[in-house]
Parts: sequence; C-alpha cells; structure tokens
Amino acid sequence: MDRLPEGVTEPRWIAGAPTLAEVTDDIARPLEGRPGKLWWVCFGVAFLCLLDLLGMSTYLIANGIGVWGLNNSVGWAFDITNFVFWIGIGHAGTLISAILLLFRQKWRTSINRSAEAMTIFAVMCAGLFPLLHMGRPWDAFFIFPYVPNQHGPLWVNFRSPLVWDVFAISTYFTISLVFWYLGLIPDLATLRDRAVTRGKKLVFGLFSLGWNGSHRTWARYEVVSLVLAGLATPLVLSVHSIVSMDFATSLVPGWHTTIFPPYFVAGAIYSGFGMVLMLLILTRQTMNLQRYITIRHLDSMAKVLLLTGSIVGYAYASEFFSAWYGGNLYERYHFINRATGPYAWAFYLMVLCNVLAPQLFWFKRVRNSVGMLFVISILVNIGMWFERFVIIVVSLHRSFLPSSWGMFYPTLIDLGILIGSFGLFFTLFLLFIRFMPMIAIWEVKGVVTDQLGHGTAHEMPETPKTPDEAVTHAS
Amino acid sequence: MRADVLVATFPHVEGLLRAVRQARREMLRVYDVFAPFPIHGLDEAMGVRHTRLPKITLVAGLTGLAFALTLQFYANVLDWPLNVGGKPDNSTLAFIPISFELTVLFAGLTTVAAFFLRARLYPGKRTWLPTAGVTNDVFALVVRKPATEAIHRRALALLAECGAASVTESEADL
Repeated sequence: MDRLPEGVTEPRWIAGAPTLAEVTDDIARPLEGRPGKLWWVCFGVAFLCLLDLLGMSTYLIANGIGVWGLNNSVGWAFDITNFVFWIGIGHAGTLISAILLLFRQKWRTSINRSAEAMTIFAVMCAGLFPLLHMGRPWDAFFIFPYVPNQHGPLWVNFRSPLVWDVFAISTYFTISLVFWYLGLIPDLATLRDRAVTRGKKLVFGLFSLGWNGSHRTWARYEVVSLVLAGLATPLVLSVHSIVSMDFATSLVPGWHTTIFPPYFVAGAIYSGFGMVLMLLILTRQTMNLQRYITIRHLDSMAKVLLLTGSIVGYAYASEFFSAWYGGNLYERYHFINRATGPYAWAFYLMVLCNVLAPQLFWFKRVRNSVGMLFVISILVNIGMWFERFVIIVVSLHRSFLPSSWGMFYPTLIDLGILIGSFGLFFTLFLLFIRFMPMIAIWEVKGVVTDQLGHGTAHEMPETPKTPDEAVTHAS
Repeated sequence: MRADVLVATFPHVEGLLRAVRQARREMLRVYDVFAPFPIHGLDEAMGVRHTRLPKITLVAGLTGLAFALTLQFYANVLDWPLNVGGKPDNSTLAFIPISFELTVLFAGLTTVAAFFLRARLYPGKRTWLPTAGVTNDVFALVVRKPATEAIHRRALALLAECGAASVTESEADL
C-alpha cells in the first residue's frame, strides 16, 4: 500500500497521539453532553429560515408559481439556479467519500462523514425546487415511468435530459444515502455499546443491525465500501454532466456548448468543497474537534479549491474564446451582453469570487488561516450561486429575437425560498452534528493506529522516523 | 452456531496479529477476530477467503442495464411509439444515461443487500460481543476451545506470550 519514497514521511492527520478509547470519547462527547451556546445560536437562525421556507412554499403552492418573478423571456430563474447550486454542493461529499477512498487519501477520514451528510441534505434541498416549480407537487410522480399509466401520455419522454435528471438524481440520492448509512453502522454499534439510557440503547441497537466488529464482516465490509465507491465515482460525474445537458442540449446561446459537462462537474466539486470547508470550520469550532479536523485538513481542502477554481476560471475563458472564434452572431452577442449588459454586475461578482478569490490559496499563510478560509469559502459559495444565475438568467433574458427580450427581477418569494433552502440545509446539518458521530470513529482509529507505526502487516517501522514523532511516541 | 471458545483480548494490534499467525500454525481453529476497525493484513493471517460479493455487483449491474434498455425500448418502440422532434423510435444513444443510472442503482443496492444477508446483519438482531469494548478499543481473538488439556495449556501459553491481556472461556454465538 502506502510506500513512500525514502526521506518522505507520512503526514500526520490527527494531532497528538490519542488512544483508541480517547478517539471514541472525543467524538462521542458532543453527542452525549449538551450543545454549546454557539450551536443554539446557529440552530435558532437556521430554524427560523426553515419556518420561512415552510411559509413561502405554502404560499407558492396555494397561489401558483406566478408569485415568482418568472416571465415569458425568463421562464427558468431562481428555481433552477438553486437546484443546480444545491446539486453541485452535494458533489463534494461523494468526491471526498468515494474518489478519495479510491485514491487512498487518508485525510478524508476526518471529514468524509460530515461531507456525506452534507451531500444528502444538499440533494434534498435541490429536489425541492423542481418539485415546487411543478406548481402541483402532488402530481410529482408523473415524472417517473410507471404502469399502468392512467394520466395523460403513456410514458415519460426517455429522450429528454429532464427525465435523465430524474433518474440521475434519484439514483444519486439513494446510493449516497446507502453509502452514508453503511459507513455509520460500525459507529452506531460503538455508540450502542456506550449508551447509558434505554432509549439510546434501543435506537442505536436497532440501526447498528447487531454489528459486533467481527473481522469476517469487516473484510466483506471493506470490499463493499470499495465497490460502492467505484460505483459512486462515475455516478457523481454523470449526475452533474446530465444536469448540464438540461442546458447543453438546447439551442439557447450561452447554453449550447460542448464544454458544459466537465465545466459543470468541476464547478460542482469547487462549490461543494467551499461548503464542506465552511461547515467543517463551523463544526470544529462549535464541537471542539480541532484535534481531528486539523489545519492540515483545511490546507488540503484549500488546495482542492485552488485546483477546481482554476479549472472553472479556464472554462469561463474558453467559453469567451469559442464565442469569438466560433463566429456565431448570437453566441457572440450573448457573451458581449454577459460582460457589458444589464446583468454584468453578476458576471463580475462571479469572476471575483470564483476565479480571483481562490488564487489567494497559493499562499500557505492564507491556507492556514481559519478566518481567511472561512471568508473565502463563503465567497466561493456566493460566486458559484451567481455562476448558475449568470448561465441561466443572462442566457434567457436576451436570446435570439430582440422582440422577446426581457428582464428578470426576483420577488420576495424567490428570495424567501432561496433563504429557506439554506434553513432546511443548516437545520438538518446542525441536528446531524448534534445526534450522530460527525467524524467516522472507526476510520479515524485506523489512521491513528497507522500513525503510531503499528496496525499494518507491512513493514511499518517500529522506531520513530522523525524527532517530532519520537516526542509523541514517548508521551 | 453455538460453540465453546477461548476469548483472548489484546490491547494492541501487533500482539493480535502474532497470536493469529501462531495459533493457526499450532492448528488451533481461529473462529474470528473482533476489532473496532478493519485491520490490514489480518485477512492473510486468518486465511479469510476473498468475498464473492463483487460478482453479485456485476450480475446486478448487468440486470439493471438490461432492465433499463428493455424498459425504454418497450415504451418507445413496442408499446407507444411517439414522434418527438423526428427522432427515431429506438434512439439507443439517448437511452444510455438512464441505462447507466439504473445499472449503478441495481448494482449498489443489491451489493449492500447481499452484504447484509451474508454478514447476517439485520435490525433487531441480538448482538453477541465476545467481550466488552470490542467496538471501542479492545481486540479479541476467538479460537475453538482445545479438546485436550495439553493443547489447552499450550494455547494459553501461546496467547500469553503474544501479549494477551486476558483469556476467558466462553460460549460463542457465531
């Protein structure tokens, strides 16, 4: 496995050298005690936003989607922007849990659990928007092919990217949920065995499925995890590719381009990592987990942000280049309009947040400053939301015929539902870090054991490699 | 399966690995090892066979693929051909995304279901722990209780020599 060149030492991902029991205690403590003030403040704000979502959606369903600012020119706006934004957020979770597992990146162990949870909650938020946009959410089952079909056309149109989306996102949600639950089982067993109250014993006992740490089960478990990671990796790439095809298969200038699938996937990972970074900083500060979510983790995530942010910046530039080089009048006008038209402010905000802000991550000092990371992660999220706004609204508001040009102005309901979706997301996430182990206890134990130099059958040196390690060994 | 066993607990992984190897060399039957995380190298030491679960993944994935292609072909060609934008009824290329998704969905769900079945994990199962703490920080080796007093003594000596913290006799529910 991890054979490193001579002179290179394995980085230490967990600060100090906690014993296995200490790892369990540290991660289980926040679930067993009472949450701090900061948690209650965050939860209060999030819950208010959730109430806002409930009120706004009720109003929307009662009155129809005319309460949004949509019009004939711009028939898709905040709803689809929010949908693509939230799906994109979800992608980082799968990247961390599946792709980094395949690449055997040990630093994922401290962050994968919360990133996977984030994926599930983000996909839930995303699913909300097509549902609301239908206007009649009780008829949502029409989008699935089912027999016998007694409502209108007999089958869904299997050639439509919107139907592909239905399959992609429901598969993505299901597989992410299963993957997350599978990862939780050993930790639920750990919590079951240390639970003191009857209620907790019962609930954890029920969901841990009688797990007892048998190695014969562990051996199969690891293979199943790898198989699921291998399935989730192409799945996550397919999901955002298909989302991008909702646009790319049309003829609208600004949408009709072949670069969309990779561009969307890179953007999704970028925005998702921004969100994970923000959530992890919140988690480690509210739950005192600095020992497990170290500056090194944040530093690695900042590097991923730098890479994907640069890919996104390259995609922006390449779109402009092909608009000029392609010689298509409408395409060229669209990009002139993007940079100088009435929505130019959104375009420049997007470039500032997505292309320029992450370039600060070239400096180690920025990557290692929690405050800077937090600010930039928020900028990344703002920028990526505006990217989708620019792609969707700016393309639609001036398409081919000047007679059908128009403007989109969001209404209070538009804004309220956007804010409300954050409320849903953060309420779920805060409940998750309150009631579930937000760090994979068993995976961290594996890393801690490897770090100490035992635990593998491979020739791990018994003697410390560096003076730094010697100190922690002795302590 | 109920069996009379010796349960040896270890505070560290290396002692456990050594004990597993030596116990097998001494012809003791190693039933299982219980640990709070998967220990690398234990598969070889215990002689655990490779799981056949990936084969189930393959079969389930192919089933999903066949199902998706059949569904789309049946709906668009046999059951209700509908001219959409002049595209052919059997637009196989346009069927690929859904076929891929259903392949992944079938493969993933079936693999996990097969794992739960094979590992006999289900809600409401009575948990059998060889000793307290195996889901926290204790490693436990469970071997069949030796038939004769002489082998029993040798087993105890071997386990103690490998650094076992305790050895107890117990009835296992494996």
